Order: sequence, then structure tokens, then C-alpha cells
Amino acid sequence: MALQSLDIKARSATTTPSPAVRGEAIKVAKLIDISKCIGCKACQVACMEWNDLRDEVGTNAGTYDNPRDLTDQSWTVMRFAEVEVQAGKLEWLIRKDGCMHCADPGCLKACPAPGAIVQYTNGIVDFHEENCIGCGYCITGCPFNIPRISKKDGKAYKCTLCSDRVAVGMEPACVKTCPTGAILFGSKDDMIHHAEGRITDLKERGYQNAGLYDPSGVGGTHVMYVLQHADQPGLYNNLPKDPHISPMVSLWKGVTKPLASFALGLAVFAGFFHYVTSGPNEVKDEEHTS
Amino acid sequence: MSEQVVTRYKVSERANHWVTAISFILLAASGLALFHPAFFFMNNLLGGGTWSRILHPFIGVVMVVSFFIFATQLWSQNKITAADREWQKHLGDILCNKATQLPEIGKYNIGQKYLFWILVITIALLLVSGVVMWQPWFTPIFPIVLVRLASLVHAIAGFIAILAIIVHIYSAYWVKGSVRGMTRGTVTAAWAKHHHPGWYKDISKGNR
Amino acid sequence: MTNHWVDIKNTDLVLIMGGNAAEAHPCGFKWVTEAKAHRKAKLIVVDPRFTRSAAVADFYAPIRAGTDIAFLGGLINYLLINDKIQHEYVKNYTDFSFLVKEEYGFEDGIFTGYNAEKRSYDKSTWGYQIGKDGFVLTDPSLENPRCVYRMMKAHYSRYTPDMVSTICGTPKDAFLKICAMAAETSAPNKAMTIMYALGWTQHSQGTQMIRTAAMVQLLLGNIGVAGGGMNALRGHSNIQGLTDLGLLSNLLPGYMTLPSDAEQDYKTYIEKRAFKPMRPGQMSYWQNYGKFFVSTMKAWYGDAATAENNWAYDWLPKLDKGYDILQVFENMNNGSVNGYICQGFNPLAAAPCKVKVSGSLAKLKFLVTIDPLATETSEFWQNHGEYNDVDPTKIATEVFRLPSTCFAEEDGSLVSSSRVLQWHWKAAEPPGDALGDQEILAGIFLKVRELYKKDGGAFPDPILNLTWKHRQPYSPSPEELAKEFSGRALKEVTDPKDATKVLVKAGEQINGFGELRDDGSTACGCWIFAGCWSEKGNLMARRDNSDPYGIGQTLNWAFAWPANRRILYNRASCDPSGKPYDPKRKVIGWDAGVGKWTGSDIPDFKADSAPEEGMNPFIMNPEGVARFFAIDKMAEGPFPEHYEPMESPLLNNPLHPKNDQARANPAARVFKGDWVTFGKPDKFPYVCTTYRLTEHFHFWTKHVKTSAIIQPEQFVEMGEELAKEKGIKSGDHVRVKSNRGFIVAVAVVTKRVPTLNVGGKKVHTVGVPIHWGFMGLAKNGYITNSLTPFVGDANTQTPEFKAFIVNIEKV
Repeated sequence: MALQSLDIKARSATTTPSPAVRGEAIKVAKLIDISKCIGCKACQVACMEWNDLRDEVGTNAGTYDNPRDLTDQSWTVMRFAEVEVQAGKLEWLIRKDGCMHCADPGCLKACPAPGAIVQYTNGIVDFHEENCIGCGYCITGCPFNIPRISKKDGKAYKCTLCSDRVAVGMEPACVKTCPTGAILFGSKDDMIHHAEGRITDLKERGYQNAGLYDPSGVGGTHVMYVLQHADQPGLYNNLPKDPHISPMVSLWKGVTKPLASFALGLAVFAGFFHYVTSGPNEVKDEEHTS
Repeated sequence: MSEQVVTRYKVSERANHWVTAISFILLAASGLALFHPAFFFMNNLLGGGTWSRILHPFIGVVMVVSFFIFATQLWSQNKITAADREWQKHLGDILCNKATQLPEIGKYNIGQKYLFWILVITIALLLVSGVVMWQPWFTPIFPIVLVRLASLVHAIAGFIAILAIIVHIYSAYWVKGSVRGMTRGTVTAAWAKHHHPGWYKDISKGNR
Repeated sequence: MTNHWVDIKNTDLVLIMGGNAAEAHPCGFKWVTEAKAHRKAKLIVVDPRFTRSAAVADFYAPIRAGTDIAFLGGLINYLLINDKIQHEYVKNYTDFSFLVKEEYGFEDGIFTGYNAEKRSYDKSTWGYQIGKDGFVLTDPSLENPRCVYRMMKAHYSRYTPDMVSTICGTPKDAFLKICAMAAETSAPNKAMTIMYALGWTQHSQGTQMIRTAAMVQLLLGNIGVAGGGMNALRGHSNIQGLTDLGLLSNLLPGYMTLPSDAEQDYKTYIEKRAFKPMRPGQMSYWQNYGKFFVSTMKAWYGDAATAENNWAYDWLPKLDKGYDILQVFENMNNGSVNGYICQGFNPLAAAPCKVKVSGSLAKLKFLVTIDPLATETSEFWQNHGEYNDVDPTKIATEVFRLPSTCFAEEDGSLVSSSRVLQWHWKAAEPPGDALGDQEILAGIFLKVRELYKKDGGAFPDPILNLTWKHRQPYSPSPEELAKEFSGRALKEVTDPKDATKVLVKAGEQINGFGELRDDGSTACGCWIFAGCWSEKGNLMARRDNSDPYGIGQTLNWAFAWPANRRILYNRASCDPSGKPYDPKRKVIGWDAGVGKWTGSDIPDFKADSAPEEGMNPFIMNPEGVARFFAIDKMAEGPFPEHYEPMESPLLNNPLHPKNDQARANPAARVFKGDWVTFGKPDKFPYVCTTYRLTEHFHFWTKHVKTSAIIQPEQFVEMGEELAKEKGIKSGDHVRVKSNRGFIVAVAVVTKRVPTLNVGGKKVHTVGVPIHWGFMGLAKNGYITNSLTPFVGDANTQTPEFKAFIVNIEKV
């Protein structure tokens, strides 16, 4: 959200390296254990309170999902899904949706405004709205459909992983408030280790395909899920099975940019050199007089 | 001695051209600013990144309107003829200022006609893709896949259009006597006879 | 709770039934996840809906709302038939071997002594056989057909798995799986905990549901042990404190009872309550009733309460009947109530049958509400369109709204479900003119006292003599009140065994109820809280969470009543020789070396009574043991029997199909005019149940922006099959009607509300969350209690919000 005491590793629309002398920070991660989540939405309220956000009082659309989608005022929402993976055995899968803090963040890649999106050395991907120009390219870059443009100020917003809290050694607000311990925070290594224990427990309870969601297509994420059915992430309100930055975005924002810029420069120089070598194309005097 | 001149562009056409041209420059500058960090400084032309983001689409609409009015006026004269193709074969000599025996071409040579059609196509693409990308008004209506495609198309079309315009501007500068056609509306008869003999013949007939 | 929140982590099996802990107690629910994580505990949920608790359960089974006794009775039958009981425990610590009176009987759903006209029982036959020595006769061989074990076995033999499935609609295999899982905890080193809440209390037979569950726990030997117990999850902060302090119409502080009309004589009153032991060598702790009672009267009346005036006994009201909320509104409706002071309560939204409550309030001359919020009750006279369609010109009630502080704007103690009195500190100043409740009440009291002084009155003594020694009479401080209920010595209190040993000096705070006396030398406002503010200071404010035994007892965290004890009946966690049944979860044990019971908790026992003395663990019962046979303590019978809810989709009780008297609870009180308000299944074919959502707290949090955002609009839930039949899609508006009123809300069509097969008949359930009304920041909605019946539990009169019948249509 703002300038703070975390080192920046990557910065949007910036071609020079970030300060890199200080040692690598420990990578952090939030682990969301869906098998422990009761969908109480305390995390939503904690997020609202810590970040001073207040969405509209909406309506009920025939589900428990409220607010119905992420907005500039709702950086996290619970998504409820009723599924029967095994016939006759109903499951109510409740997923806390929000920014996944990809190691290879598509939003940062797509962002044209220098410093509007940063990735800290601890892995948190943060928006610095004071630099945001509101173009919405981050939305096209995100494989999880997370950022939202505010109607109030035209800037993009999403979960910051409470970078302001983490910077001073606290856990994110949602983690602190979660009553069942379904949301944990710590070093990514520790979270993976904890998840392994949870997965063993779930397998013992009959969830043969329990697993960790840390998709490699985006370089892994700093928000991870323990899923009862890791083989079918789509069950959890269309969590993508193999998320990656869209090839269209890679093409548009990848090699095309420098090559095209080079081509434009080349065109200008070609003209200049043509002129100084071949000279102007002039109508000869005799043609005027004839 | 007053030089003999002929009218190449009417006032309305000149006005149209320059509205389009100025819009294009602003659009190119603000567009490039978002295209690569190296150009980001250019958005200061419109008052910074956010102003660029806000104004770019509106200027785009101005350019599209003005360009297509202009284009309909020039439409019929930009059909490619056999003579144009013949002329194209001499392009190498022309670029080296060595051309001698050239076919008699009309108001526009094939290079100008290519420019015309490239701009018709790229500006149409820029318009369509630009609407899809227009935050915050239209983007939320479209599926994310379409927005991504639009961003890619917008970038490619913009790149081609800018490249074409670089060639266009240079050509105008290189071919001496051209610029006054768009600034004052007239060119010298000699210029007309030299570069566009077919057209010169037509207007000479008309004058008689 | 017999145990406490943290102790749930010590369990092997959690049964959530008659409650939805994840939904309504998300913070406490974390201990279930702890048990799952650290003890590999399993979680079972039995509920008409697949709830948020079910979402994280290992096993879920559906049940028809209001049929829990049938389910639990079936479980008792399973445990007895399959001999899955904790033998040593039930033989020694329960009334298994006690002989029941020959006159007692049960026929076709009705126990002996029924008076159909009065809808009540003469309970004189519901008792034990008493020997010549005055003690209960027993048969330790359990051969006598009149012993409680045999009687119980016969009673529940009718509750076969097929009968359970027929009544409850629970699939037989699901029921048997739960039986098998529960049965495993009959092993002495295994424990099951039962977590319940309003899903059991809010039925016309709610108390008996809880009793049936307690019987299951006794059979399994799960009472008194770590990770076991009957755990009532209290919802409203501070509802545990309310009952503890005796705010119900028939109670005095600390679960002492007010005298009835027939008890004009003080000595009879005390003798009837100071139970004498019914078995040799037992303690019967209530023998101390007189000490607690006299100390309470000294706290209230000080020097005016003397031995000569029987400690002001005559100043106590003598009840002709209970004045529960239903009775009060019945009286109001009859026009016999002029004024109503409504403190921290929103009956228009929270009491059943809104149309009756609204009409009753309109008959008052004045209504005073004391609340931090503008409640539906305080605005009952305003027209709010379809949500409160009243005509203000026809309502003459004068309403006074007195804004009070909320819990965060005052110091004080709250009592949690764990019976822990925890002190809290003011976080913010109250807004505007808001005053603390005690300031408002002090103002009213002092004014009334002044009027009595000036003008006299019919019976001024109880008002004029009340002790009011507060430093600021108009603003009694929480600290003063806390010290008062904890108690102090008025004169020196000495050790009864050694009169030279002074236990407490005059004027000092006492250390516990063991120091209370019935000679007027002690004053204590609530004996079970005694010692919470001793000379050591405010023990409720302690925040030391050290846990030396590693089972979460934390004796230095705040103060638990009684006597800072965390697990009640904990003597029962040991075998008769005093060894813990599970040494890994030792609560207490007999330490022969020091001659005392020691361990991680305060012994719920005579601390120096050696096992050989034969004193039994349930010292609050004069028998010393726990009762399967409830003798005369329950309104509808000594053994719980399944009755249908007052409104049910079935025309008769499948256990007694031919006896209409035994269809619904025969002892439930129904006011005359209310019979016609009950619906019949031909017009109202669907079961309806009301409940709470995590996102909201009762009718308060619709005033809170964040809660309104996360759950903005009223909805009702129904299964896919019913929705299809009625052409309803998720998001449609539907009207839910009972015979008393209707609501309109958004439909949530869900797989989570299953259609049940009840004896071959399809039964659909409609679920209605309660939280909306016509005040607050959330979208306005109908008051859910427009639908609910005006009938309560036969013992507590808690309204039957959990099971009634409705019809539904698309709007």
C-alpha cells in the first residue's frame, strides 16, 4: 500500500535492478487450510478493519457469498461450493479468495507504471497506488483474476498480505483473526512443512488426493492452500489447475516490447542516414522552368 | 517571378489531416509511454501517467473520427493501379534519387497508398481493441481473455501505425516541396508534374 | 459446560448435535480443530442441515428437527444391547443399582400420575424405594427388575435403529455408524465430548434432549473426565452470568430457588432444599443451602436481615407460578401488565409469535427500554411498511428509551461457557447520554425508594431495607458489585474444627464458599462466585495462562466457578481406588502420601476424603451418584421419552401412534388462546427451523457496517427437491408462512438441506436465519419470529424456535 521498510526485489516498468546488496530475506507465505475453514468471514472483516475498507451493503443472490466478488473495497472474499466428489457424500468447500502473491507475478509484468507494483524480497507482491495510473493492465496480467480498479479513484487494489504489518513483524490481519487456525503465516518453508502434516492427517481421514496448492506455473505462490482434493482444484470455485501468465500477456509484455522499441528507433535512424547519404529528393530547377 | 502552383489539399482536408496528425502524436507519445519504460517520460506530454491513461482514449476517439472523415475523402484516390505496381519496381532507384523513366502515377504513389491502407486497418484495430481496454468504462464488461487479446492487438497495431507514420513523416521531409501541400494547400506545378504526373495532367485538364 | 472450552482439545470424539459450534461459536470451535490436530479426534455432526460445523466434520448425519430424543434414546439402546458401557463407572458412580418405586409406571407414552386437564404430573410415584434406615434400596447384582438399569433398558428397548430411522429420518446405516463411533469411547481411556446449544434448548422437550445426551455420556463414563462432558455453549455474552446470578423469575443467585406460595415458613423452605444424604457416607453438598441463603440475604439486607426475622425471608416474593417470558407476554396480552422495563432485551424480535408480542406491547401503559441500540422493541409502534405494519395512531403505549453502554464501554466481568469469570476493562467512553446499566437501575431504584419513603405503600420493607452502601449511590461501581457477589466476613470466621483458628477477619473478603456461615457472620451475593475477589485481589483479572500439566487447565487464568474448578465432577475421572482412568489426561487423583486429592484441577470432592471412605463423586446429588432416573426433577418424566414438536409434519407420535395425548410433550404448557395458533400439516407440510449465522449476532450486528456487508439480506434455505417442486430458484423471493404469520425473503436453494424419509414419508425442511428486522444498517427484513409458536420447554419455558411447520411459495 505504501512506502515501508521492506526491501524491494522487483518493480514494475523498471529495467534497472533494484537495490540488491542486503541479503535475501526469508520468503514468507500464508497457508490457507481449506479443511479447517468454516467460512465464518472473520478474515473478511479483519481485512476491512485493518485496511479501513467498507464495501457496499449488497444483496443476497441466493448464496452465502457476500460481497459477491472481490472489489476495490473487498480484498478477500469467501467462495462457497457444494460438491459431491463421492456420490452421496456432500462437501461444502469454502475457499478464501484473494491475491496469491505469485513468485512470478503477472500483474507486475503487465504494469506499465514504474513502481506501481513491487515485489518485496520476502515474496509479497504489493501495489503502490500512488504510482498507479489506473490502466488495468495488472488485471490482464493476473492468472487468478484478482486486482480490481476502484470507481472512486481509478486505481488498482488487491490484498497486500498486510505488508505494513509484516514489515513490523506481525502476521496479516486475516491470519490473526482466524478462529480455527485455518489461516497460518510464516516462512514459506515452515508453511510447506506444516502443510505436509496436514496432508498426512487428511489422507488418514480418507482424502486420498489431499495436497498443497503452490502452482509452479507462476513460480509458486506466497499464498498456498491445503486442498482435500488437490487433483481437482476446479472444485474450489474454479481455482485454476495450472495457472500461468497468459501467452498473450507474455507476448505483449515480454520480448515484443524491447524488439518493437528497437524497431521504431531503427526506423528513425534509417531515415536520418538515408537523408545524409542520399540527400533530399528535390524537383530539379529545369522542371520548374519548363 | 511568381511560381506556378497547383492546389493539392483543400482547407477542410488540411484541417482534418492536422487534427489527425496532432492526435496521433499525442496518442503515440502516451501509448509508447505505457509500451516500454524507456518511453514512460513521454506521458508528461499529457500531464503524467494518470492523465495519459484518462486522455488517451478520448484523444483516440477524436483521431478516429477525424481520420475516417479524411479517409473517406481520399478513399477513391488510393486504389492501387497497374501503374503503381510498375512504379514500385523502381523503388530502389527512387530512394537513391536516381530514378528516370517512371510510369505516370496519380495523386498518390504506391507508398502513400500503402500508408493509407495500413492506417485504415490499424486505426480500425486500435479503435476496437481500445474500446475493450478502456478503463474504467468498458473493460469490466468484457471477459478477461478478450481484454488480454485486445491489449496485444492494440500494441501490435500501434507499433505498425507508428512505424508507418515515421516513414510518412520522413518521406514528407525527404521529398522537398511536399510539406507545403499540407501546410499551405498548394504545391508547385513542377513538383506535381515530377512526382504525380498523372494527377497533374488531370488537374491541368480540369483547369482548362 | 461441565468441562471448559480449552478442554475440548483433550477429546477423542466430538459430537456436535443440537448446536452448530462452527457457526455460532467459531472462536471456541478452534478447540475442536486442536483435538483433531493433536489427538486425531473425529468430529460427528447431527443436524437437520449440513452446517458450517458439518463442513469440517468427519461424519455428518441428517435428522428431522425436534427428534433428538429418539436418536439419543436409540443410542442408549445400542450401548445397552451391545454392552458398550463403562462398567465400573456406571456401577459405582450412577444409580444403576437403585430400586425404583413399585407404583411408578409408564404406559403408551404417559408416565404415572398424569393430569390431562392441568397438563402436568403428580410426581409422587417417581422415586426410589427407601429402606427403613432412610436410605435408598439398591441391588448391586442388577438382577432386580425394578433397578434403574433394568428399567432403563426396558424403556429404551423400543428405540430400535429402525424406529430411530422412522422418527428421525436419519438413514439407518448413518445412525449405526455414529453409535459405533460413540461406543468406542466407553473404553476408560477414551472420551467423547458433546457440544450443544440452542438446538437442544429451544424445543418443547429441550431439557429432556439434554438429559438424554447426559445419560449417553454417563453410560460411556464420559462425565468428569478430561475431554468429556456435557458442554452447553452459551451464546449471548453474558448469558452464563445471567443464569448464575439468578436473573430467571424462579431463581436466586447461584441456582438457589425462590420459595413458592406454599412455602411461607422459612424452616420448611431450607429443609426442603438442604437435601439429606440418600446413601450412607455421602456428602450432599446442598446441606449447606442455609449458609448460602443467609449470606445472600445478608448481602442484600445487611443489618436488617437478622436471625429474628429469619434473615428477611418474608421479604422475598413467594411464587404462584414461574414468570418466564412467555408467561409475562401472556399476562401483558391479557391486559394485566401496565408497565414493562426491558433491559438488554429485544422481545419483539427475540420472543416467539411476533403478532402476539406486538399486540401485547401495544396494551402497555408504558415501556422502558434500556439498550445501547434503537431496537425493534423500542420502535414497535412505528410503521415500517411490510416489515412492521402497525398503525401508530392506535398505540397508546408511552415508550422511554434509555441509552445504555455496551460491553466495551464498561469495566466488569463476563462469565464464559467455561464458567470462567473474566474481568474486562473499558475500551471506550460511552457515546452521548448513554449510562451504564447499573447507573440507570440505581437511578430508578433510588427514586422508587424515595417515593416509598415519602408516600409509604403496600409493602415498603424490601425496598426501604435494601443495602445500598455504594460510594456513589447513583453509580455503583463494578468493583463494588464484584466484591459484593464474591462475599466478605461481617464478623470473624473461624475454623469449625478449631475455634481458635481464624479463617477470615471481620471486614475481609472471603476465600471461598467453604467459609460461608448461616449465622449472619458472612455476606455473599452469589455463593458460587465466592472467592473471585478475595483479599488476594481480583482473581477474575488474572491472565496467567501457564499450563503445568499440559492439558489446558490454566488455573491462574481468571476465575472459574465454583472454587476455580475447571472440570466438574472430576472425582469421576478416577476409579473407585482413586487412580485416574487415563493417567495421560489426569485431572485429579488420590495422593495417599499427603492424604489429599491432587492434580491439574481443584478436586470436585471433599479434598481429604480417602477412596476407602466410599464417598461418591456426584456430591451435589444427595445420592452421591449421577441419576439416569431423574426422580421428580423433570416435568415430563423420569426417563426422557420422544414426543413430537408441538407442531410437526406427523399427525401422531410413531412410538405411540394411537395415543393422541402422547403426540407432543404432554407436560408442555400451552396458554388457552394459543391452541388455535398451531398449524396442521395439511396446510403447513414442511418442517421449519430457525438459527443463527456466523456473520451476525442476534439482532445487534445488523447495526454494524462490517457485519451488514458480509451478510446483508434476509434469506431462507431449502433443499433442491422442494425448490424444484415449488418452481423456486436460488435468488428468487419466497414467502414462508406459518399459522401465525409470514416472512418474505430471498431463497437459497442448497444441497445442504436434505429431504428426509420419515417412515416412508418425504419430509422437507425450510431453514430460516433469525438476524433481520426493521432497524439497523443491513437490508431491512421481516422478523423471523413472526413464524414461531408461542410454546416453550416444559421445564424451562424456553420457546420452541427449532421445530415447527410452515408452507412456502414463490412470490
